[in-house]
Parts: sequence; structure tokens; C-alpha cells
Amino acid sequence: MEQSILPEIKKAAKKSLKARENELASTNKQLEILNGGPFAEGELPYFKDKIAEIGHAPLRPRKLEILQINVGYMCNQVCEHCHVDAGPDRKEIMTRETMELCLEVIRNTGAHTLDLTGGAPEMNPNFRWFVEEAAKAGIQDFIVRSNLTIIRANKKYYDLPDFFKKHNVHVVSSMPHYTRGKTDKQRGDGVFDKSIKALQELNAVGYGMPDSSLRLDLVYNPSGAFLPGDQEAMERDFKKALKEDFDIDFHSLFAITNLPISRFLDYLIASDNYEDYMYALVDAYNPSAVANVMCTNTISVSWDGWLYDCDFNQMLDLKVGSKVKHIKDYNEDILNDRNIVISQHCYGCTAGAGSSCQGTVA
Amino acid sequence: MANSYYDPADLRKFGKITEWSEELGTKFFDYYGKVFEEGALSAREKSLIALAVAHVVKCPYCIDAYTKDGLERGITKEEMMEAVHAGAAIESGATLVHGVQMMNKYNKLSM
Repeated sequence: MEQSILPEIKKAAKKSLKARENELASTNKQLEILNGGPFAEGELPYFKDKIAEIGHAPLRPRKLEILQINVGYMCNQVCEHCHVDAGPDRKEIMTRETMELCLEVIRNTGAHTLDLTGGAPEMNPNFRWFVEEAAKAGIQDFIVRSNLTIIRANKKYYDLPDFFKKHNVHVVSSMPHYTRGKTDKQRGDGVFDKSIKALQELNAVGYGMPDSSLRLDLVYNPSGAFLPGDQEAMERDFKKALKEDFDIDFHSLFAITNLPISRFLDYLIASDNYEDYMYALVDAYNPSAVANVMCTNTISVSWDGWLYDCDFNQMLDLKVGSKVKHIKDYNEDILNDRNIVISQHCYGCTAGAGSSCQGTVA
Repeated sequence: MANSYYDPADLRKFGKITEWSEELGTKFFDYYGKVFEEGALSAREKSLIALAVAHVVKCPYCIDAYTKDGLERGITKEEMMEAVHAGAAIESGATLVHGVQMMNKYNKLSM
């Protein structure tokens, strides 16, 4: 990366693209970039043509397994790679009324997993009420994606480990690296130390311990313009380093590829890595990952109740291709009979061993 | 045609060498892929060896490729720089050990 670009990105990264009125806050602008460049010039194949080669176009859902609900874009961190463009300045927060609609769906869904995400979901003022109500629905696997630092961000969050335990929540947390330097570079100064402390507190109440049913999984995503390495090898390295250095235990590591949208797209373009990254994604295309990409078993709900094929499509405002588009009209049978909306960012989920919110898919 | 000998974009075209000699190209890439699999040495260790050799043979494509490979494997920059020094030490040692030849010759020719 050219040295001159770094300070500019670092400085800008304290606010969301939206607050900075950056042109990439526009989803149309992002889609224009994803459809243009090497794809429009015929140097790289469009995703739809690539999956047509193996008979997967149009891409269709399998059985619905995961209901992923984004309860708001507000976050205590402003990570450089964030595909949500989340941050303290984002005011999009799910209301209690929309949560009521979600609860109705959670009580009746055929999905076995409920996955709450954000932003920092804990910052939604109705978060605890929502978790308590959702836990009563008896869903098999109830995930909350917690960024760890939120647990140490303010006294009112200090008891989150106990709260999660009480409701048997499966905690999935981001941890870009087991070294301070790489973590803080991506997520902000001090994030590493706070994350370590939060992990130790989760361990203290039983989360992540070898035989514990309180599941604690970590998410690794690369801190730069490169793809994640082998998930199992990374998990081995993380486990060894976190145990030796900080006596931390966790269950699994999910290696997730950064998709070229929002702030990560901004970073790729500003650092002159965009084209190489798209080539790398297309080069790493793995046809056997296509059948299991997460949009084939997931519905994503936005803070204002709209329905999407995945959280990435949500951030590109690509709503589901179904006559049911909003949680108020939710109907699983109608929704499952849809074509999944795709663009070139989808190469991120089919690269290498594939990528999803649950890690590799191939 | 680029007006310099090295173009970073050429790295992604590496696979095309097979087009002009399919048998040899395919054999080479099969061999190459096999070499870097997990074995008695881990793929991670082999990536660091490749990075060191890339510097010694001064291949800019290989340096780009194995810096990126190292990042993907979670290899730290300190580990990468130590690998480069290991390569550099062998390379400078290879030069300096010839100093003995120079000394031998000097002594032989001198009264």
C-alpha cells in the first residue's frame, strides 16, 4: 500500500461512510463498481455466468435453517473492514414494534438457528427484552454476534456474560488476530486488550471451556486485502496462542472472507487493491462451495423489517426477489420459492473453502 | 506490451505458461502444488522458506505471492522479516566464505 494513503484512511475511519457523506455510502455507487471494471471489460466473468456453468443459475434456496436479524447499525467500534458501515454515528435501530413482528416469526419458523447481529446488537435499548422473549421460543441454536469490547465498554454491559449464560445464548465474537498489532490496526487502538479481557470473563462463567455447552466461537477475518487461510490451521494457531499467552479457551474459529462492499470496498479502492482482490476472489472460485452458500439457507432481516438473502445484500439494499419483502408479510413457503439476488460480491462467499457467517462451507 | 520487464499483473497470468506447453506446465504446477501441501514440514513453515528463497533469487512475483500467502496464513511481519534475514545471511555467507579462497590465493601468490 502506498504510504501516503494510510493516514487518510485511518483518519477517515473514525466515522462511518454515511457520516462522512462518502459516495460509497450509496448502494447504487457500490453496485456500479461491482458491475463495472474488469467485469464490464470482459476480463473477469460475472458471478451469474460462473454459477450457470454448473447449473446453479438462478441460485435457489434450500431449506431455511437460519433466521438472521440485524437489530441496528449502531456500534461502539468503527472497524476499517466493516461491511455494515456501522459505528456510533449510525442511528438505524430496530424498534420494539418491529421486534414484536420478528418474535411472531421466531415462534413459528422452521429455522433451527436464530442469529442476532448488528452493529453491536447489545446497544439496541430493547436488546435484553428481545433476547428474553426470543429465548422462550425454544429455538435450537440462539446466536448473538458480540464484538467483545462492548462487554467492557460501559458498566451497564459488564454483566453481559451472565446474561448470555442465563439465556443459553451461543456467543460468536470477532477476533481478527491473536496479536495486539494486527487486531488494533483493523478494529482500533485498545480493542485487543479489551477483547482479551472480555474473552477471559466469558471463560470465567463457563463459555468456551472444552466440555462446556455454553458455546463461544470466534470469527477471524483478514486484516487487509487478502483471503483467509485454512480455517483449521488458523484455529490451531489461535487456540495455541490464546491459551499460552492469555489462558483463553474457545470452541471453533470461523474464517470469513471480507466481501468487497461498504468500508472494505472503500479501503480496497483507496489502497489500490480493488482489482487484484477481485481477481483473487475469482481465481479462488470453488464450484463446490456454491450449493452451500449461506443465502441458500438463510433469511436476513434488517432493522426496519425488510427481508434479504443475506446480511451483505442487506447492506447493498438488494431486497429478496419475492412478493414477500417485509417481516410484516412474512411467509416462509412463499419466501423459499424465490431466486436469490446476486452480484459480483458473491464471489467472496465461493472463494477457497467458501465463506459464511458460520465459517467455511465447502 | 508493457515497457518494463516486470508487470505485477503478470503474476496472475502465471498459469498461462501451460498454454504453450501443456504437459510440462501441468507437471510443474502439480509438483508445485504438492510441494506446498502439509507434510513433514507444515505448509506454514514452507511458506516462510519460500519467502526467504524469493528474496534470495530476487523474484518480485514470488515476493508478492509469498508475502500475501504469509498474511493469509496469519504469519506475522516479525516472522517474515526473520525469514528474509535467514535467506540474506546464507546469501552473504555464501559470498564471504569465498573470502577464504581469496586468502588462499593471496597467500599462495605472496612471498
